[in-house]
Amino acid sequence: MLRKIGLTAALATALMIGQAAAQEAKNVVMGVSIPAATHGWAGGLNFHAKRTAELLQKRYPGLKVIVKPAASATVQANDLEDLVTVQKINALVVLPFESDPLTAPVQQVKKSGAFITVVDRGLKDPTIQDVYVAGNNPELGRVSGEYIKGRLNGKGNIVVLRGIPTVIDDERVKAFEEAIKGTEIKVLDKQYANWNRDDGFKVMQDYLARFPKIDAVWAQDDDIAVGVLEALKQAKREGEMFVVGGAGMKEMIKRVMDGDKLIPVDVLYPPAMISTAMEVTALNFYAGAPVRGTYVIGAPLITKENAKEYYFPDSPF
Amino acid sequence: MTAVPQPKPARLPFRLDLRLAAPLIALVALFILGALVNSAFLSTGNLTNVLTRSAFIAIIAVGATFVITAGGLDLSVGAMAAFVSGVMIIAMNWLMREFGAGWGTVVLGMLVGIVVGAAAGLVNGLVITRGRIEAFIVTLGTMGIYRSLVTYLADGGTLSLNTQLRAVYRPVYYEGMLGIPWPLWVLAVVGAVGAMLLYFTRFGRYCFAIGSNEDVARYSAINIDRIKTLTYVLQGVCVAIACLIYVPRLGSASATTGLLWELEAITAVIIGGTALKGGYGRIGGSIIGAVTLALIGNIMNLSNMVSEYLNGAVQGLIIVAAVLLQRSIAARK
Repeated sequence: MLRKIGLTAALATALMIGQAAAQEAKNVVMGVSIPAATHGWAGGLNFHAKRTAELLQKRYPGLKVIVKPAASATVQANDLEDLVTVQKINALVVLPFESDPLTAPVQQVKKSGAFITVVDRGLKDPTIQDVYVAGNNPELGRVSGEYIKGRLNGKGNIVVLRGIPTVIDDERVKAFEEAIKGTEIKVLDKQYANWNRDDGFKVMQDYLARFPKIDAVWAQDDDIAVGVLEALKQAKREGEMFVVGGAGMKEMIKRVMDGDKLIPVDVLYPPAMISTAMEVTALNFYAGAPVRGTYVIGAPLITKENAKEYYFPDSPF
Repeated sequence: MTAVPQPKPARLPFRLDLRLAAPLIALVALFILGALVNSAFLSTGNLTNVLTRSAFIAIIAVGATFVITAGGLDLSVGAMAAFVSGVMIIAMNWLMREFGAGWGTVVLGMLVGIVVGAAAGLVNGLVITRGRIEAFIVTLGTMGIYRSLVTYLADGGTLSLNTQLRAVYRPVYYEGMLGIPWPLWVLAVVGAVGAMLLYFTRFGRYCFAIGSNEDVARYSAINIDRIKTLTYVLQGVCVAIACLIYVPRLGSASATTGLLWELEAITAVIIGGTALKGGYGRIGGSIIGAVTLALIGNIMNLSNMVSEYLNGAVQGLIIVAAVLLQRSIAARK
């Protein structure tokens, strides 16, 4: 009870400070640079970024948030230059396309004096960032691998569908392979399905034509899993295996919640982590609260028991 | 459609057309390669999967054959496919409230798709002919426009067909007649109508004429703008027909739908023997080209021989080799 009061008091103070700052209408320009909505997860990312931008601008009248979706690492680097020279940003929230090529451009932004928040993928030089909201890609691979290992008792045939050839995909797959190392689980094949439903469907059709016995599918991503499920339905082989996706698409979480045997679990990788990063960044300017540091967003296993906590029917993803 | 006197039947269908035979030979070579790579390749299930899969690109390639034969180019077809699919899904979900989850709604939604496709093609055609702008630039522009529109409609996410409607519509992709899936029947009809139009009508001949030499065609009193615009409308309709069988497959459309289909369609047309600079077109060849592309992807998935990192390189090599083989055979004519 005491703790609760303490917390309320702290919150009230924070709010008051926030209010006071808001009255001064401190002018802050926050640039948000993220990958464009080229697949389901990135779609969710863009949705949350825009929604949070609106929320924050309403809450802090002096704040201007500019969301810039970029189609590639090169475009993102150009965007960063524009944000500094044209928009004169005071803070940057960036989800880098790739770590290496974007390290130098973000450093340039830092030199202009902006507050830097890095999301999901880390930069090569961690001293650049003021705040790091880390998504944990290796953890997603590890959790998926551990689950499949346990479920198959360390023995069986599995197929893997990879994402788009990027660092994220590599980290996930490496950690997955590490997790099932030393078991008798055989990865029959791994092919790129580009985090895309159509490619998931095609690759799975071919796996099914090729392998008479598959015990589990690691689809890594829920969009790919949608295609995989359709291929299984067509081949009428749904009873033979289970599918592990990833990200936390609401349709998949619903299936986990309903106890679907094909989709027994999902591994969370929430696109809403961009909101966390933007909120924290705004707090730095308006609440005067200490925010610098690293925030790790986990990649928890969603099971039938806890699925309810992760189910948001109104979310677009 | 203007019917032109039927030429003697012995001349056209049965004469060995080396330009058509060449892509067929490349296809046979791929079949042999596939069979060597994996015995599962020749199974009925696998072949049906691949052929059905190739139907989208094949149908779009039929339309592209007209555009390219008439000396044009359409880079917007992939984005257009995403846009048409998206609009169809929205229309069907909306119509369902009025007409219930039955065939009525699905058929109306299909009509909406065809109209949107034709309109999108008309926009391309009119801007190219009336604006006197290169087709490459116009369709590059509309490619961005159509893709952004679908991203906007989907709010950056995915548009999904209502589950009940999907249950009604699903058999269009997954079931068929006489053991042959519906998409292949649709492809057969589109191919037959396309071949009739291109080889046996005045419109088809005008396409050849314009593609060979636009100025000569203009002096021959051919209404070039009208014919060219028509080829883009036809392309739009073909894209829409492809969407009619694409939507029931996964029941969804997003910004990634139809990504790079334009390049696949153009590649299919070229593998099939149509000249990229225009003036010569082969419908059958384009369909074979689309099947060839699907087979290459399938063979890559069926083999472990190369690292998945090199898939793209091997695909590229096979495509170039297929065209090379095709051209060297055709040159011997």
